[in-house]
Parts: sequence; C-alpha cells; structure tokens
Amino acid sequence: MSGSRLTRRRFLGTSAAAASSLALAGCGQFDFLGQRDNEVRDVLEKANDLTYRVQRQLLGDDWLAREFAESEVRQGQRPNGSTDPTTPEYMFLRQQNFADYRLELNGLVERPASLSLEELRNMPQRTQITRHDCVEGWSCIAKWTGVPLGYLLDQVGVKPQARYVVFRCFDNIERSPAGDVLYYESCDLIDARHTQTILAHAVNDAPLPVANGAPLRVRIERQLGYKMAKYVSSIELVDSFAGIAGGKGGYWEDRGYDWYAGI
Amino acid sequence: MSAQLEETDITGKEVRGPLIHRQSAWTRVTHWVWAICLFFLLLSGLQIFNAHPALYIGQESGFEYDNAVLRMQAFNTPDGPRGRTTLFGQTFDTTGLFGMSGPEARPQFQGFPGWATIPSFRDLATGRVVHFFFAWLFVATLFVWFLASFLNGHLRRDIVPRGEDWQALPGDVAAHARFRFRHGRSYNPLQKLAYATIFFVLFPLIILTGLTMSPGMDAAWPWLLDVFGGRQTARTIHFIVMVLLVLFFIIHVVMVVAAGPINEMRSMITGWYRAEPGTPGQEGDRP
Repeated sequence: MSGSRLTRRRFLGTSAAAASSLALAGCGQFDFLGQRDNEVRDVLEKANDLTYRVQRQLLGDDWLAREFAESEVRQGQRPNGSTDPTTPEYMFLRQQNFADYRLELNGLVERPASLSLEELRNMPQRTQITRHDCVEGWSCIAKWTGVPLGYLLDQVGVKPQARYVVFRCFDNIERSPAGDVLYYESCDLIDARHTQTILAHAVNDAPLPVANGAPLRVRIERQLGYKMAKYVSSIELVDSFAGIAGGKGGYWEDRGYDWYAGI
Repeated sequence: MSAQLEETDITGKEVRGPLIHRQSAWTRVTHWVWAICLFFLLLSGLQIFNAHPALYIGQESGFEYDNAVLRMQAFNTPDGPRGRTTLFGQTFDTTGLFGMSGPEARPQFQGFPGWATIPSFRDLATGRVVHFFFAWLFVATLFVWFLASFLNGHLRRDIVPRGEDWQALPGDVAAHARFRFRHGRSYNPLQKLAYATIFFVLFPLIILTGLTMSPGMDAAWPWLLDVFGGRQTARTIHFIVMVLLVLFFIIHVVMVVAAGPINEMRSMITGWYRAEPGTPGQEGDRP
C-alpha cells in the first residue's frame, strides 16, 4: 500500500498548520470573559447556580465536613486576605485586647443582641479539626473552637422572612484615598444552621491571633475560605443582598467570585 | 479526496474501498463538544493553577513542612529574576515558560504563561466561571455519549477491546511504529485501547479528582478523600491527568494527520469514511 504512506513533507506541513492555529487560540481572544458585565460571562456564571442547586440536593443539610485527628494538625493556620486591619475601631479594640468588643446580632431577628467575648465563651462550644480550602487551591488543617451560629440564631429568634446571614467585618481589605472598603460575607440559612458553622474565637488551642481574624471569625466548613469572614463585627439577618455594598453577598462576590463557594 | 487511500490494480484502474458510514451523529456531536470543552477547561484550569502554582501530596499543603511535588516560582538572582520549576526536588530553570514569562521589559511572574490561560491576564474568578461551565457541559456530554454508545453499539464495537484485539495488539503496535495504518470498518486494537483508556480511566479520574477539590462534595461523598488520598493529592492527580490528556490530544492529532486528515476529518464531520480496498462491503455502504 505505498499509496497510503505518508510523505514527510505532507506530514510536517499539516502538523505545522495545526500547531499554528492552536497557538493563535491562546493569545487573549477570550479576555472579554473577564469583563464582569459581559453577556457571555453572565451565561457561563449560570453554571454556578446549577452547582449550588445540585450540591444542595446531594448534600444533606446536616452532613458534616471531614474532621481530622489531632496528629493531622501539623502547622499553624496559614493567614490570607486581611492580616492586619487598620481601621480606628479595630485598632482601639485590639489595644484593649478586645475587652470592649461586642458582637451585634440584628436585622430580621425577634430579639437583637449585643454579646461580649466573655458571654460568647460561656455559651455552648464546639471544637473541630477541619481542613481550610482556599479558593487559590491550597489547604490547611487546624483546630477551631467557638459558638455554633445556629445556637446564637435560636437565641435571637430568626424572623420567617429572613433568607441569608450577612457577616460584617472590621477589616479594611481595600485601603484607598476614597476610603476604606470593609470585608463582608454571607451564607444561606442551611449553612448558617449547620453543626460545624461556628463563630471561632480560638485556633489550635490558643486565642485567635490577629492574622487569623481576632477576636471572632466564621467557620463554614463546606465552603471555601473566602466565605469564612474574619474580624466579624456584626451579624445581620436579611431577605436579600440589595443595598449591601455591590449587592452580590460578599466582598469577593462583588468582584466576580461565586456566591456559593462549595466548589 | 483521500488520495492516499486509492490504489491501482494491475491494469492501472483505480481500486477504492467502500465509503462506509462510520460515525453516528451522537459520536460526531459529542466529539466536537468535547474538543471545545477540553480547550476551555485546559486554559481556564491553568489560570486556576496559577493562583497557587504548587502541587502537594496529602490532605493539606505544607507551609511549615514540605510535601510539594511541583512548584513554579520566580527568584531574584544576581543576573536578574529567573523562573524556576521544582519537580520532585529537582529544580530547573524554566524562565520564559514556567515561573516567569512574557516580554523582557515587562515579565510576568506566574506559573504558566499568559498565552496558555483564559483570560490571558491573572483573573482567578473568571478562570473558575469558565472552568465550571465547561466542566458541567463536559460531564453532561459524557453521559449522553455513554448512553448513546451503549445503545447504538459503538461502545461494544469500537471502544471495549475484545479477545482478538489483545491478540492482534503486538502486530498493530509494530504497524503503527512504521506509520502503516489499517482503515477498516472498526477501530484497530491500539485505537480501541486508547479510547477505552480515555473513557474508562482518564475522563472518570479527572472528573472525580475535580469533585474531590470541592469542599461541598467532600461532605456529600467523603469516600472521595479516601479514594484519592486527600484533597491535595486529588489536585495533583487532576493535574497529571490533564497532562496525559494533552499528550493524548497531540498523538490524536498526529495520527489524524498521519492516517489521512481529509478522510479522518470527513468521518468525524459527515460520518462517512473511505475504508481501504478489500474491506468487505455491507448494506448502507456507498461506492
């Protein structure tokens, strides 16, 4: 079958053509997808609603994230995002070693509350050794202790129209001449009432260091790290994100990240 | 028109094999949807990788100890910044490709170069949006393909290697090594083996290791963490399977070119494939 043999010239020629069309494909043709208001991007973003809905079906409301053994805590919790807030309120509280700190619980609740760290530490506690997954791709195992958020929600009484829990924070993740941008986050009531969702005041058997969110941070163990707001100042129950910063339910969400970060 | 498949008999008259309907619409449509999906998954995946260009073995990433198997970094040296890649403890200078790339005047210090990522600039959020959209499309298409291929016999006929395929394998390897290809009605043993590996090993592996990186899925299916030995090991396997799929793609395209690109492309676009002379005819063939 000499006729079906490939000539070297034809082989090289066609290969080169294929390779050059491939190389062309990379260079920036799809950069428009980075525009946050692009219509094609809007369509692609719908996949995340599907992920949220499917994971809510597959994942029982009370199913736990894996918990690890003490021996698997092999390093300190790696800090990320804000590590040293410089707002006057925070610096004042920090100077007093958070003696005057109060966690505010408000919004769509029956009995708004204001709780000191002492009061929070005297409530039922949960300790868990879990894996923190950063959206960047790394993971870090640490031991967290705090008050279950579900317990606090029961204390203040969630109104029936409430749909989300919004965490407001002290940290100025963005500092600009126009003013500070404060971090905030949110989750649905399923994750808010989840057994492992706690307001942690200790990590690896020590009070939470400033870099990890002192005096209080959220743990939402079935989602990525950016959902787990640090330096929490208040917790507000809402029925929608309209009117809150960029309106997408979180600092990173307002900048194009998915609101549901279970993936 | 597939000139390389035409032969002449003793009298000089052209002898051609039958034109057979080789690829069903299910196969053709899913093939091209995957081609698009894998292109976007690869380039958005490299964007995501660049957010933390290191791979580890285990449940977590070692920051105070070392469990990394791959790391791409930029370093300052007396001769200026250099890009370096460390693979299993061996460090290579990969300036221009990994760790540091782009124009000399404005180098970018990142894992993979901008021309290999979507978007070409650093944008993890968009990388994730693109990746998850095409991941869903990829998985949905795989379900459609498995169902259709089971029902129309493509799986049994062309993908799963049979006893005689294993016997014919050594001879087929020798023939491929000489760039001599059979153009029969069904796939040859090496083709079957390659596609069976893709569909039964690599595609399931890359999907499941992708799911293992999801903290939500780890709570839903905790066995994922046990099967793959932790989230960070799963991330490493996901990356390795990506490399294997890129290698498959290169070989796939080379083989299409080598085996007769027009005939091969026509069969994956129209379904019709010119078989080699001597292929027994069947009902539905065209001359």
